[in-house]
Amino acid sequence: MATNPALAESSSTDEFIKGLWRENPVFVQVLGMCPVLAVSNTARNALAMGLATLFVLVMSNAAISSLRNFIPKQVRIATFILIIATFVTVVDFAIQAISLDLHKALGAFIALIVVNCLILGRAEAFASKNPVGRSIMDGLGMGLGFTFGLFCLGAVREILGSGSLFGVQLFHDDFQIWVVMILPSGGFFTLAAWLLVFNAYSERKARRLAGGEEVAE
Amino acid sequence: MTGDPLWSIFVNACLINNFVLAYFLGICPFLGVSGKLATAARMGGAVIFVMLVSSICAFGINQLLTAIGAPYLRLISFIAVIASTVQLVEMFIKKVSPTLFRSLGIFLPLITTNCAILGLALFQTNKGFSFVECIAYALGAGVGFTLALMLIAGLREKLELAAIPNVVRGTALSLMLAGILSIAFMGFAGLGG
Repeated sequence: MATNPALAESSSTDEFIKGLWRENPVFVQVLGMCPVLAVSNTARNALAMGLATLFVLVMSNAAISSLRNFIPKQVRIATFILIIATFVTVVDFAIQAISLDLHKALGAFIALIVVNCLILGRAEAFASKNPVGRSIMDGLGMGLGFTFGLFCLGAVREILGSGSLFGVQLFHDDFQIWVVMILPSGGFFTLAAWLLVFNAYSERKARRLAGGEEVAE
Repeated sequence: MTGDPLWSIFVNACLINNFVLAYFLGICPFLGVSGKLATAARMGGAVIFVMLVSSICAFGINQLLTAIGAPYLRLISFIAVIASTVQLVEMFIKKVSPTLFRSLGIFLPLITTNCAILGLALFQTNKGFSFVECIAYALGAGVGFTLALMLIAGLREKLELAAIPNVVRGTALSLMLAGILSIAFMGFAGLGG
């Protein structure tokens, strides 16, 4: 069932699927953690941040991939960063135009998408070596996987920290909210908890694949 | 100019709003190079230095961009300047002190994608700091980053010897430590600022 990543002839659907689950940027690769922790205090912020990153990732992957034969090897990282910065500026102004509240809530973290290692990582590892179509699929998959991860974090933090989801009250007034969840430390704890879930899951799976043998603890 | 005393800007950036533990900036190097105390200290030194230089550059650029009325170029110029500053610093250190270069070697290029550096440039612009305040802010941010990095490195060195279940090892454990440290740092909130 598991496909070989070294196999060059994987379909573009495969590029799309891998970012969603098998190589999920948040839970498996642990890339681009700064925005993940910083803006995931409510589900809405998390979703907006995820979508902004998705847009930048797809556009920069497309641009870099179509320019990949013109960019000299020596200055490629600087070129990638400039291309990414251009799209981030576009997103920054677009969000400001659509919703000023959202722009205020996300603050400088929109601009900080530039240094999200996930985007530069995909540019260097994938878009600079593959044709445009597949790079776009890769960007879409990774971006959606990133959005999914952010949303998982944001939802848990908002439900426990504010007792609501997307601003809708979920519990009775007596519910004692966990203030620590919306504070910075809550971000660390929630991500740690999600990583534990994923680790436990993949360990169980690995053990099953090993032939059902009981592995000594 | 904001009118706050310089020490309050320094303490604010260093302890109360610690870049790593309160703003989540520079988490990648924080998780990546916090395995050993000695490497963490060296990385911290490099970050303080680059922060100071890029803060000064960012201040100049912002003045220039405001003067010619092109604030939309800010992000692109900041990142270009930081990338080239890191490159220059690398060449300079290589020439002046090969020993220091060897010990910092791998970390210098990594600093380019350290969001703490770009974050510093953006925050100081948003807050409208004067030149001297920028330097105090950069110094505070750098010292705060080094402090957090070394604290967690020390904790992780101790945990190497502890018996920990396999699932928790690695990133999850570091994140939990960071969470606890972050709670501890909230205690500084009463210090002025």
